[in-house]
Amino acid sequence: MNEIRDILKSMDYGPAPEAASLAETWLDGHGRKFGHFIDGQFVSPPDSKGGKDKSFASTNPATGEKLADILIAGEREVDEAAAAASAAFRRWSRYTGTQRARHLYALARLVQKHSRLLAVLETLDNGKPIRETRDIDVPLVARHFYYHAGWAELMETEFPGYAPVGVCGQIIPWNFPLLMLAWKIAPALAAGCTVVLKPAEYTPLTAMAFAEICREAGLPKGVFNVVNGAGETGALITGHEGFDKIAFTGSTEVGRIIRKATAGTGKKLSLELGGKSPFIVFDEADIDAAVEGVVDAIWFNQGEVCCAGSRALVQEGIADRFHDRLKARMEKLRVGDPLDKAIDMGAVVDPIQLANIEARVAEGVKNGATLWQPSWAAKLKSNRGCFYPPTLLADVEPASKVAQEEIFGPVIASMTFRTPGEALQLANNSRYGLAASVWSQSLDIAFDCARGLKAGVVWVNSTNLFDAAAGFGGYRESGFGREGGKEGMMEYLVPAWTKKAKPLPPATKLPEPLPAGAGDGHSLDRTMKMYVGGKQARPDSGYVYPVLDAKAKLVSEAGFGNRKDIRNAVEAAHAAVGWTAMTGHGRAQVLYFLAENFEARKDDFIDRLHQLNGGSSDKAKREAEASIARIIHYAAWADKYDGAVRAPMANMLSLALNEPWDVMAISCPDEAPLLSFVSLVMPAIALGNRVVVTPSPTKALVAGDFYQLLDTSDVQGGAVNIVTGDRDELASVMAKHDDVACHWYFGSAAGSAMVERESAGNLKSTWVNNGKARDWLDAGQGQGREFLFHAARIKTIWTPFGV
Amino acid sequence: MGEMRVAEKSSAKPTATARTASGGELVALDQPHHRNEGMALKPDLFRHVEVNLSAAQRRATTLTTRRTVKKQWQAAWLIKAIQAIDLTTLVGDDTPGRVKRLCAKARSPLRHDLLAAMGLEPGEVTTGAVCVYPTMVATAVKALDGTGIPVASVATGFPAGLTPLKDRLDEIRYAVGEGADEIDIVITRAHVLTGNWTALYDEIAEMRETCGAAHMKTILATGDLKTLTNVYHASMVAMMAGADFIKTSTGMEAVNATLPVSLVMTRAIRDYLDLTGYRIGFKPAGGLRTAKDALAWLILMKEELGRDWLEPDLFRIGASSLLADIERQIEHYVTGRYSAANRHAMA
Repeated sequence: MNEIRDILKSMDYGPAPEAASLAETWLDGHGRKFGHFIDGQFVSPPDSKGGKDKSFASTNPATGEKLADILIAGEREVDEAAAAASAAFRRWSRYTGTQRARHLYALARLVQKHSRLLAVLETLDNGKPIRETRDIDVPLVARHFYYHAGWAELMETEFPGYAPVGVCGQIIPWNFPLLMLAWKIAPALAAGCTVVLKPAEYTPLTAMAFAEICREAGLPKGVFNVVNGAGETGALITGHEGFDKIAFTGSTEVGRIIRKATAGTGKKLSLELGGKSPFIVFDEADIDAAVEGVVDAIWFNQGEVCCAGSRALVQEGIADRFHDRLKARMEKLRVGDPLDKAIDMGAVVDPIQLANIEARVAEGVKNGATLWQPSWAAKLKSNRGCFYPPTLLADVEPASKVAQEEIFGPVIASMTFRTPGEALQLANNSRYGLAASVWSQSLDIAFDCARGLKAGVVWVNSTNLFDAAAGFGGYRESGFGREGGKEGMMEYLVPAWTKKAKPLPPATKLPEPLPAGAGDGHSLDRTMKMYVGGKQARPDSGYVYPVLDAKAKLVSEAGFGNRKDIRNAVEAAHAAVGWTAMTGHGRAQVLYFLAENFEARKDDFIDRLHQLNGGSSDKAKREAEASIARIIHYAAWADKYDGAVRAPMANMLSLALNEPWDVMAISCPDEAPLLSFVSLVMPAIALGNRVVVTPSPTKALVAGDFYQLLDTSDVQGGAVNIVTGDRDELASVMAKHDDVACHWYFGSAAGSAMVERESAGNLKSTWVNNGKARDWLDAGQGQGREFLFHAARIKTIWTPFGV
Repeated sequence: MGEMRVAEKSSAKPTATARTASGGELVALDQPHHRNEGMALKPDLFRHVEVNLSAAQRRATTLTTRRTVKKQWQAAWLIKAIQAIDLTTLVGDDTPGRVKRLCAKARSPLRHDLLAAMGLEPGEVTTGAVCVYPTMVATAVKALDGTGIPVASVATGFPAGLTPLKDRLDEIRYAVGEGADEIDIVITRAHVLTGNWTALYDEIAEMRETCGAAHMKTILATGDLKTLTNVYHASMVAMMAGADFIKTSTGMEAVNATLPVSLVMTRAIRDYLDLTGYRIGFKPAGGLRTAKDALAWLILMKEELGRDWLEPDLFRIGASSLLADIERQIEHYVTGRYSAANRHAMA
């Protein structure tokens, strides 16, 4: 029978393979064996004990064939890489911005030049379709280097007073190996940092190809280093003293381990973790657009995407129609050889991941979900590679595991909602908060939803769009820190003065608390109460502790707060939603009023400071006046800390909004007790946060005086909640509180470590002083953008438009 | 009114028209699908639909990055594209001689040696139809006698459609009388731009009535309608009023067939099928000039509507220069050498 006639009858697509020869030749050229890339050299050290090399195989998940052997880095290799990066940092960080920009630009150009090799190699190693590596991954990689070449050039003018954080250890996942490499190293290199990168053990190959590109580009040796290995090598990096910053993308579980491992080391940390991102379809949405959106949301990269829209929330009235069309669309998807240019999904990365997906889906079905897969799904089983069909789990209940936990496969769990309010409730009913997708033709509904979502990225009528200029990163247990945009650069910078900051002297030990009224009968005019929900509150314990003046004479007693006082304060802060709902203008007026009232009572504060601190009354006056100035400073900022609007593609705006954390915890230091308290609380509340704050324990009375000002200045009750007591004891409760999103801690080095460690529970964002001193009177250290940056989290909303 | 017409039509004769070939025998035309009997105008069934432009554009763009055909598959798909072409001449200097030449090309669109190389017989591959002005219909009918290739005529004041309705209907009658098997009508764009669905529906329904046994293709002139939401609404009204095909453009608008517009029209066809069970054909026209364009539209049809919509009874391409590029690509497939236009007979 004639072949053309056959095809005319069937009208099948036929195979359309991309040749693998380029990548195969490259692999052969390296003897199909890779070590590490350290100090500009490819190194394959023999095992130090003289035994067999420790290595693992990198395989092609579409065929099961081995691609290459990869050596595992041990302590020695990580040491060498860190030393190389450290030596390189001294030179690289002193390059001018323009010099670094030239290097980044050269990397971008070479990525474009070698785009085909990189795309094919990535597809072989990861199993993702060549269509995606060719059209999405590699172009975004080049874009990332171009964009950050720009930041290198502009660093001196756009980040005045900031310095590169130092040597960075970066650990990336297997789902977008080369793209995650770019996301990690481009901002680091632009900032003047140097890098030791560990690729994922499933997908190390493109990092080695990139290392080769670095050599070709003439990147100074040691600026970029690669060590290969699995979790153990990663742990060597996160535990290594040679790093000033750790950046990690991967699972929330590992993120938590890293948070604990780096606690107290002074390492800056950014985590981009898991998600269970909602995909919300309102009844006035363009349903076909939304159905196609699901394809891009969960059948992109085999669903192995941290921000995959994996939870469909569909308005009840259109649910049947939506699901019918979705099923029809699923029937048309093609899964197969990732090198075939006409397939939609390739292979899952590894048999272990495939088994994991299968197990989770089976469990979902057991828990009542209705499984739907295309008619051809069963045929995939006969394939020798790791293939899993596009899968819809309908009738999923919020309580089901498949609605809550990341599957990291091509599986969407679907449920319905009745009203926009309920959609938001369901969407936010998650530990995660990475991304969300909102489908509606109504601007009002879409934006109301976008603002209400607890997610770092919201795509309106679109999904899974990325650009180097738009920040990406999560809320909640999806991590902290942003990648991309100006905000992404901040993760690799520190205020220059902090590099020379001195350790604080040890804090004065707090006197033993006593039951209230159990004192020695001396006559005290009053005991300082706590301030919770706009009301004075007695400590739950009934205990108080003595507050002494500069001559160690008893001045007053302060409530000895405990975990229940913190609990109550957090509840009160959560209830004070009105403060966040106010406009910046409204909050500015309140803060100006606060400053005015402070001014009127300035002398009382000066007396109090003098009493508690001793020294000259001039010093007390300076602190009081600086405190007033600081309130006015943040009153000024309250309606001006704007986000950014970007146009990352034609007919698209991405809005970077500075959103408050809602409820923050603040542990104040002993230094400049009034000024530091004001300097920390004011930026937080100016941006609409509600705070639970513990003042300096030994100088707690300044806060007692201050809440009277809050009371008289229309600061909404619950916006500022003051709990007195032992700093670290209370900080521990706050760090462990899962309904607190951010914690600022200014105290001892040990306390900083404790806060970072204990914040790992809900992965709250932390800002700690590592026991270092800060000159609160100095405007360069005590106020400004650094505080505002930490007082907000950035949500990026993508909105396409056009008729 | 619509309801009544549907009732009348339901007793009409089955679909395939036939024409007496030179030998006197009846030649069945390649139009096996049932006519669209239309339905009452029900704006509530489409008015709520708003098309999201960026999503439609994204789908249109990625259709051809998600699918491709290579080698013999590409060659076969290009043959399929030829079979869908309404080989068209619609210009002021058309003459009987020009139309005859066009018809000759329609009967034999590919060089015989190329057909032979692909194992196909001469006569096995023809274009879907020829498309001409009403005064050229008789010439075309004669030139195509015995081939089974239908003759399509534009009518109703093509391309602007702003002549009096009576004249427009007369034009249909004239073209049908001359032997046209298919009538490509144009709509009054003003009815869409002003949202006057009743007027649009009535006009198209009357034209459909006038077409009689001739299949009716409704040209929406999407370049004039501007928004994809307008395109969707107009598509639904045209089908409700009885269009057998919906067609994008006259070829004379500033913007003619585009993939996003075509995507929206195919989705309307799917929605109307769900509503009524009638399968409506689709014809992009104007703007398809390369073999690559033809493949893109075939991919669109297969992905959005399915295999059946790759056949000429449900898919046509209105084009004049497209065929020349397809011929060159097919020669390249057969010989491995890049071809030149002068190696292929002109239309």
